[in-house]
Amino acid sequence: MQQIVNFILRNKTFLLFALLLFISVMLTIQSHSYHRSRLINSANFLSGGLYNTSNSISEYFDLKNQNKLLQEDNKRLKSILYNTQQRKDSSYIDSTNYNKKYKFTAAQVIRNSYAATNNILLLNKGDNDSIKQDFGVVSSKGIIGIVEKTNRNYATVLSILNTTSSISAKLKKTPHFGSLKWNGNSPNTIQLSEIPKIATVAKGDTVITSGRSAIFPKGIPVGTISNFKLDKAENYYEIDIMLFNDMTSIEHVYIIENKDAKIIENILKDND
Amino acid sequence: MTNLLSIHTIRFIVLLLIQVLLLSHVNFLGNINPYPYILFVLLFPVKNNRLIFILLSFLLGLLIDMFLDSGGIHAAATATIAFIRPAALKFSFGAVYEHNAIKFGNVDFGQRITYITILVLIHHFILFLLEIFNFSKILLVLKNTLFSSIFTILLCVLITIIFGGTNKK
Repeated sequence: MQQIVNFILRNKTFLLFALLLFISVMLTIQSHSYHRSRLINSANFLSGGLYNTSNSISEYFDLKNQNKLLQEDNKRLKSILYNTQQRKDSSYIDSTNYNKKYKFTAAQVIRNSYAATNNILLLNKGDNDSIKQDFGVVSSKGIIGIVEKTNRNYATVLSILNTTSSISAKLKKTPHFGSLKWNGNSPNTIQLSEIPKIATVAKGDTVITSGRSAIFPKGIPVGTISNFKLDKAENYYEIDIMLFNDMTSIEHVYIIENKDAKIIENILKDND
Repeated sequence: MTNLLSIHTIRFIVLLLIQVLLLSHVNFLGNINPYPYILFVLLFPVKNNRLIFILLSFLLGLLIDMFLDSGGIHAAATATIAFIRPAALKFSFGAVYEHNAIKFGNVDFGQRITYITILVLIHHFILFLLEIFNFSKILLVLKNTLFSSIFTILLCVLITIIFGGTNKK
């Protein structure tokens, strides 16, 4: 017993270091396993508040561009709104509120990262705005990511620029689908794999979300094909996609809630 | 003593704030960021309680991790360099460093650069190894380590030169 105590006293520095190293490596490993388990995250009072303050100062300098983007978005939405109204005018029933499947919440990005291999965004909406894990996040131009962690006022988003996530996407022309992954190189391009060889692929084709998961509705734009080749086994295409979004400057985003997500998940679980 | 304590407390907070608000968003040439917050570890007094020193370094790393959403990579790297700092001190300033309590303001410039370089390289290597977490991408780890280290070393040297005058205790 005496010897054990002596040993601990003699090596207390090393033991402390080993303990701390163990803790931090465990935290790292947890953060690398997909999506559920980041213990130390920035969706908390301290860092969220600080980022909120710093963002409220810096967003001022980008107001012009962001206003322009919002204006374009409004223009597009108005054109859709008025066009559909005209068509339905003769027998117009306001049924839009009854079975709306997707609910949109506007939010602001208060921290953006795109240079790491696993990029996380911080939004200024949280539990108080009924934002929960696994909600999709899009901007006016296209897909952004998936909500990872929330606290009362803030939410972290797993950006599509992330080597651990994969999102189902399809070609706009044909219903062939694959999964979006990022190889960690450039913040402008991500990779689409598992598109079968039989599909016709051409440079410049548009890629959209497939709607096969409960997170994103079908048809959210992702990007255009900039490059493609067959994989080693020559069964599937490996496609590089140029993103519509400039992931290095995003400010206003929309969080999508799929109200049927629970039902869909339950059905899938039953099948398993 | 209180003066020394307050200096290090202020340094801790200022380095943390500068790091998370400013320097992690530099993204020079795409993804190169400096991490000069480890100046806290580099400039910590030589005569110290090692347990407290390692704990403080770990805490600094963990706070950076919290702000940058990076798991525990900064905590691991910072605790490691705090642990091996005596070896680096011995290597760069010779075995006498313990007796005459070196002051960073008036050591030889070459020795200072050696000291900073060793610790920064080790810190960044561990950092990127854990961030990328993939041995098949070891080249990417080395590349990131090299470029970021150059950036960090430059900044650290500049900061120690600029603020060196006030740190003479």
